[in-house]
Amino acid sequence: MPQPDKVAVAPARSAPSPRSRRTGQVPVALLLPAAIGLLFLLLPLAGLLIRTPWSTLPQRLTEPGVLTALRLSVQAATLATLLCLVLGVPLAWLLARVDFPGRRLVRALVTVPLVLPPVVGGVALLLVFGRRGILGGWLDSTFGVTLPFTTAGVVLAEAFVAMPFLVIAVEGALRGADVRYEEAAATLGAGRWTTFTHVTLPLVAPGIAAGAVLCWARALGEFGATITFAGNFPGRTQTMPLAVYLALETDLEAAIVLSLVLLTVSVVILASLRDRWLGSS
Amino acid sequence: MTADPNSPDVEPIPPGAPSPGRAVLDAHLVVDRGTFRLDLPLTIRPGEVVALLGPNGAGKTTALRALAGLLPLTDGHLSLAGRHLDHPGRRIWTPTEQRPIGVVFQDYLLFPHLTALDNVAFGPRRQGLDRQRARQRAADWLVRVGLADHARRKPRQLSGGQAQRVALARALAVDPALLLLDEPLAALDARTRLDTRARLQHHLAGHAGATLLVTHDPIDAVVLADRLVIIEHGQVVQEGDVATVTAQPRTDYVARLVGLNLYRGHADGHLVLITDGFTLVTNDRQHGDVFVAFAPSAVALHPHRPEGSPRNTWPATVAGVQRHGDNLRVQLDGRVTVAADITPAAAAHLRLTPGQTLWVAVKAAETRVYPAAAAATNAGVG
Repeated sequence: MPQPDKVAVAPARSAPSPRSRRTGQVPVALLLPAAIGLLFLLLPLAGLLIRTPWSTLPQRLTEPGVLTALRLSVQAATLATLLCLVLGVPLAWLLARVDFPGRRLVRALVTVPLVLPPVVGGVALLLVFGRRGILGGWLDSTFGVTLPFTTAGVVLAEAFVAMPFLVIAVEGALRGADVRYEEAAATLGAGRWTTFTHVTLPLVAPGIAAGAVLCWARALGEFGATITFAGNFPGRTQTMPLAVYLALETDLEAAIVLSLVLLTVSVVILASLRDRWLGSS
Repeated sequence: MTADPNSPDVEPIPPGAPSPGRAVLDAHLVVDRGTFRLDLPLTIRPGEVVALLGPNGAGKTTALRALAGLLPLTDGHLSLAGRHLDHPGRRIWTPTEQRPIGVVFQDYLLFPHLTALDNVAFGPRRQGLDRQRARQRAADWLVRVGLADHARRKPRQLSGGQAQRVALARALAVDPALLLLDEPLAALDARTRLDTRARLQHHLAGHAGATLLVTHDPIDAVVLADRLVIIEHGQVVQEGDVATVTAQPRTDYVARLVGLNLYRGHADGHLVLITDGFTLVTNDRQHGDVFVAFAPSAVALHPHRPEGSPRNTWPATVAGVQRHGDNLRVQLDGRVTVAADITPAAAAHLRLTPGQTLWVAVKAAETRVYPAAAAATNAGVG
């Protein structure tokens, strides 16, 4: 019983390719502000490069204060990212996969630290985790754990500010992943936890990696919440951005060198995410 | 006790009848989704392959998802291998991962991050086998489906036919009591489909459990299944072995599926009244409500009213022409719609154009008449 084929022939494709764009005169009214906008974004970065004391750069970079701040920044940002992964991936899964009441509200709340001024975040953290805070007092009296003005406090402040980046990226990846793979895993006898670890996580691994890189970059550059909650103690809580700010008042060249390091890290991260976030054209 | 899946005379189990102890699947699937309601009694014996056929939106996928536990029943019951899996009336529910099932999905859904071997080993691992034994069982299955040398490949490195075979091996590696196949050949090109269908038939014959094949392709159903269950709008419209269903379709959909013209009418001896004033003359004698069926190839077309032997002639207008194998299938409107298969030469002679009026002729000897009330299916011509 063969199915009858349609005799009708598909119309020949003669329309121009949708990729071809209109070319010709670009209106000056658009070109001029566009060029100024580009300059506005690039000039400060160029200024940083122009004023960099290239001849003394190697010595500057190896100064103990710079290295200490750099090491602390990398350590704190990495720990904060790990904390965000441990807490943020399950949170993203919950938002993407479980239909619970108030889910929209929770999703909105998760993004609050994105728009909240970091200083406000720092104050809020102090109110909760400070020695006389809601949780901080209990932590202090029960476990003798003090968070504010410690390296742990830096990690906490950075995680608070950076976690929404991770949650949003991972939730997007989870929503884009085909849930039918999880159904297939269930038909093969996998429960929800096994399915999560053996199927879901590998499927969204690129999204988690991208989210973690974004999260790490945000944590590395964190300033407001850190200085409010953790203070500015060299070797303990003074991260690179704090060191830049401090150096600005005493040693401009040191501030420039420290800024250059942060700029380099940012560019490297941008390049590593290029394919994922900017597309390849 | 295992029924021979190749036996052509498998007795159909009447829908809704109390299941004999040997049915491995005993279900009455009821799923209410607002405007759509699936109401499908279904029993399958060990080794039996049942094809669930129906047009798009008939409820095939809903039935498959309900059996797999991806969709809860709203009523009815589902028991498999003696276990009650889903029985809303008794608040029994078994999640998918605890059901003894295997599913081959339409686009296979092989895990893209795992090799073919680890895809097949996934189920045995979940059954508690250690990694090495699970891989051994997976390797055995890959040998059986002829893909032993593709074990290390990722799904994206497999062709469509190979991926289908890995998916089949993955579903069978858990030794399921019920194997569910969702349009298992639909994603393949015609040449691969032929080969894959033959392999699938071989593996289904060797499967001791029950098999449900969900398809809209009558060829897959006829080649692979022992019994057909045809649903439309969530209801069973016809059920039976392949020979009966293809010879005696009971709805327009089934008739089109098997390529027959089908009419329902009232018989009085050799005459069947189809609609007001339109009567077909048949060789078979019947009385009461009947179906009349005849093949498109039994229909002759004439430019003028034919003289002589054909007993059934009527004028009709050409509604459409399609290629059908080496011939042309002509759809005609008139007092009844009818499909006719004619050769390209005949079509050239008639100078077919849409809207043209022709004379249709059908010999009484070419018609088949059978009672519409037989076999107790809730059939009806729409």
